[in-house]
Amino acid sequence: MIIEAASTLFLILGAFFSLTGAVGLFRFPDFFTRVHAASVTDSAATIFIIFGLVLRTDFGLVAVKLLFILIFLLITSPTASHALAKSARHGGLLTLVETEATKKEDSD
Amino acid sequence: MVEFIDLVLLGMLAITAMRIIFLKDLFAVVMLFGIYSFLSALIFVNLDAVDVAFTEASVGAGISTVLMLGTLALTGRKEKVNSHTAWLPLIVVVVTGAALIYGTLDMPPFGDSNNPVQQHVAPRYIQDSPQEIGLPNMVTSVLASYRAFDTLGETAVVFAAAIGVLSLLGLPKQEKSAIESGLKSHLVLRVVAKLVIPLIILFALYVQFHGDYGPGGGFQAGVIAAAAIILYALVFGLPTAAHVIAPSLLKALAALGVLIYAGTGVASFFLGGDFLDYNVLASDPVAGQHIGIILIELGVGLTVFAAMLCIFYAFAAQAERTNIQ
Repeated sequence: MIIEAASTLFLILGAFFSLTGAVGLFRFPDFFTRVHAASVTDSAATIFIIFGLVLRTDFGLVAVKLLFILIFLLITSPTASHALAKSARHGGLLTLVETEATKKEDSD
Repeated sequence: MVEFIDLVLLGMLAITAMRIIFLKDLFAVVMLFGIYSFLSALIFVNLDAVDVAFTEASVGAGISTVLMLGTLALTGRKEKVNSHTAWLPLIVVVVTGAALIYGTLDMPPFGDSNNPVQQHVAPRYIQDSPQEIGLPNMVTSVLASYRAFDTLGETAVVFAAAIGVLSLLGLPKQEKSAIESGLKSHLVLRVVAKLVIPLIILFALYVQFHGDYGPGGGFQAGVIAAAAIILYALVFGLPTAAHVIAPSLLKALAALGVLIYAGTGVASFFLGGDFLDYNVLASDPVAGQHIGIILIELGVGLTVFAAMLCIFYAFAAQAERTNIQ
């Protein structure tokens, strides 16, 4: 009973973080903040959802497989965010603060 | 509840399809194709067709996205502007669509157990395959034994696709003074790739040999293994990857897979059975079925792996050549 309630709580939290990530992806002003929103979704939401799912198994092979998936996602999704941000930086994209600074210099 | 999830997924599928039609940026279209495949994979999971979902996720969302991106690297990412009016095609599409919708009115009710599709061969597979073949995963029994001819044809199609791409583009030549490519400056990517690639190959082997007992099999395993090598080529550069797995080896492997598959069929000929009748491969028919299925899944896996990697090599080599010019 307690386990099921905890699992539900985890799943709702996971869904909440997915939703905030999606909102952030649409509403944030520039590329880097958007990557940040998406990567928070990747990490926090996966941890919550997978723990929520593990609590619903009978802690056998399925739970181990879910933990493997969690480890794999925790390795790969921050790497993907990092690669995206680094390529954008490498391609010459400026952050919001830097863009505003250059605008000020232009107007001065 | 299941119907509700189905409806939501189908709605998202329709929205994705509409965006694919109207977007002019082909890069975004390729990404949307990947999303489309993942959504259909989810629908398949909802229909309890996990094997199909696995194939859709690994082939549709995984490898074909990579290959389409490879194509875009050669052709450019903007769609050509279409100047002529589209009235005639629109009429044709509307008429065809109306005819198809009219055709669905005669269809039997969805999911009814008395439908012809549930009554034809499925009951026999479900009743007899545990005794005849003895595999826990009935999908593998159907795919590799009852429908072995179809699967042989699919493997041959994959092989033919690789031959087609190679005859158009050609494989990278192994030169000593090959240009440096890959992501030299991405230290994090290199470390993580080294960490992840062995795991991916291990998972591919698991999918290959566990396909008799759970979802999986040669097609998915071949694609996953090819994805590991593609990741290696992306991070460490095409020349390094071509040094590790030589293009000439891939050509031989692609042919070897089809040969193993067809050879299993010919072997059962010589042992007194029909083509691809595995019962005669061992003294016990069920053991013979197991040997036959493992052999042909190995053939499928080899061909798919080699063919996908050949196609990727061909695209990547062509893209590097155009980059130099």
